[in-house]
Amino acid sequence: MDMVQTEKLVFEYEKRDEDGNVIGASRAIDEVDIDVKEGQFIAVLGHNGSGKSTLAKHLNAILVPTDGTVWVDGRNTKKPEELWNVRQAAGMVFQNPDNQIIGTVVEEDVGFGPENLGVPTDEIWKRVEDSLKAVGMLSYRHHSPNKLSGGQKQRVAIAGVVAMEPKCIVLDEPTAMLDPVGRKEVLKTVRKLREEKKVTVILITHYMEEVVDADKIYVMDHGKVVMEGTPREIFSEVEKLKEYRLDVPQVTILADELRKRGLDIPKGILRKEELVSEITKILQK
Amino acid sequence: MSIRLEHLNYIYSPKTAYEKHALKDICLEIPHGEFVGIIGHTGSGKSTLIQHFNGLIKATDGKLFYNEENIYGQGYNMRKLRNEIGLVFQYPEHQLFEIDVMADVCFGPKNQGLSREECEKRALEALKLVGLKEKYYHASPFELSGGQKRRAAIAGVLAMRPKVLVLDEPTAGLDPKGRDDILEQVAYLHKQTGMTVILVSHSMEDIARYAGRIIVMNHGEIMYNDEPKKVFAHYRELEQAGLAAPQVTYIMHELREQGIPADTDVTTVKEAADEIIRALEAGMPNALDDKMSKSRQMEKEK
Repeated sequence: MDMVQTEKLVFEYEKRDEDGNVIGASRAIDEVDIDVKEGQFIAVLGHNGSGKSTLAKHLNAILVPTDGTVWVDGRNTKKPEELWNVRQAAGMVFQNPDNQIIGTVVEEDVGFGPENLGVPTDEIWKRVEDSLKAVGMLSYRHHSPNKLSGGQKQRVAIAGVVAMEPKCIVLDEPTAMLDPVGRKEVLKTVRKLREEKKVTVILITHYMEEVVDADKIYVMDHGKVVMEGTPREIFSEVEKLKEYRLDVPQVTILADELRKRGLDIPKGILRKEELVSEITKILQK
Repeated sequence: MSIRLEHLNYIYSPKTAYEKHALKDICLEIPHGEFVGIIGHTGSGKSTLIQHFNGLIKATDGKLFYNEENIYGQGYNMRKLRNEIGLVFQYPEHQLFEIDVMADVCFGPKNQGLSREECEKRALEALKLVGLKEKYYHASPFELSGGQKRRAAIAGVLAMRPKVLVLDEPTAGLDPKGRDDILEQVAYLHKQTGMTVILVSHSMEDIARYAGRIIVMNHGEIMYNDEPKKVFAHYRELEQAGLAAPQVTYIMHELREQGIPADTDVTTVKEAADEIIRALEAGMPNALDDKMSKSRQMEKEK
């Protein structure tokens, strides 16, 4: 089943002069078609200003299309009467955890979402416990969010979204401000949610290493989808990615470098285990 | 010429419920002209540490010498210190405010009391150094892309002609190209002007590539202070401290576990490629096919 579908999605930001008159428009998204099935892990890559975040904001109706259509869980986001349903189907996690946490105690913060949905109190507590458990933060339920590390805060923010029981979670650069272990924690949590709760995940990131497990990658440039494919397909096009101001994982660069120096290593290596096994194979020949 | 810290301690909100011992007995020397990387988990004290360098935060106790002068001594000229040690904060683009890029970059030198001509001369020089195109000099800073805004903000600090440039996560949130551009530019500045560069980053790969020395902070203390190879050899301890080694370092360890006699003190892609080829040649001279020996032969002839 389709979780998210966009058809010829266009979004224009209006430019206004000092008196507030519209003096032009700039097109942030230009006829984008994407298709995300239920349970998939989808990654969106693109340089700063390529339209990734604008796209993400369409997936829970923070923005609605200037032209074209977005369906989330089969609902048209343009219809005002669907707004709550759309927002309940797709939850968002943003870059800066400090901007997303409002409670003074972890469990209150996580309960804020379901409370707003009108969930009965007993059920709220159950969901708070479940979602804190899912992100591995249950033992911190009575702590103040201020004293947590970046990765822990971001996991609390994710728990807050999970507590609303969305079918789909959209993460917009959730690891950009985290240290290496914080990054690992967040990604592990996302992976676990996919496996245990079958949540559809849409991850926007600048770290190429984070998307090697994705079912599909979309690459955006100037508001358009310019590449689409599996990680192996996308990351075998090193030169093209560089044109779009992107990169490939360091393992892939090393594999490429070794191939250039004459070693018999196939294209599209994504994980260190793959490279190590290719090198051992060469030795055994 | 150097920055030297002797038994420096800093405690946030002492004698309150929020008391936090953020820096513990820090002893450290950064000679002039070095490119130093600072890494550490969130909350390890990195940002607190660098704000001591130009006197924004005053140590609870201990001493800080800049060019052998104690900056906490009576009558010390803090203004001069802040002119010489330029600090670029995280997300510096949030501090852009002027009507155009040029005016924004002029703000620092203007506050140094320089003439208009001199300000503009220095601003132009700084904008060139960060590689921002001329067509943007008179654009509103808010119309620039993320990477361009950050360059403009860094230019604002460079226009004050600091002798030491401290950057706190200058590439957070930038795309890979933007990340490489900014760091290449900083490396170029370091080479061209000989200024000291102190770079705080969460990217182990970037630090490994540019820094000559790494300072690792862990819970307010210096955990390691050494060259990159030696620091990343402790990758297990680094993981305990919320950090990691560059990806290639892990690959080398894995190869070694598989019985390939490769050295593991490798931190960049180029070093890794060199070392893998060397290990393969040494281990199994016959394992390399003709094509490879040919291509190496050609390289040698060149």
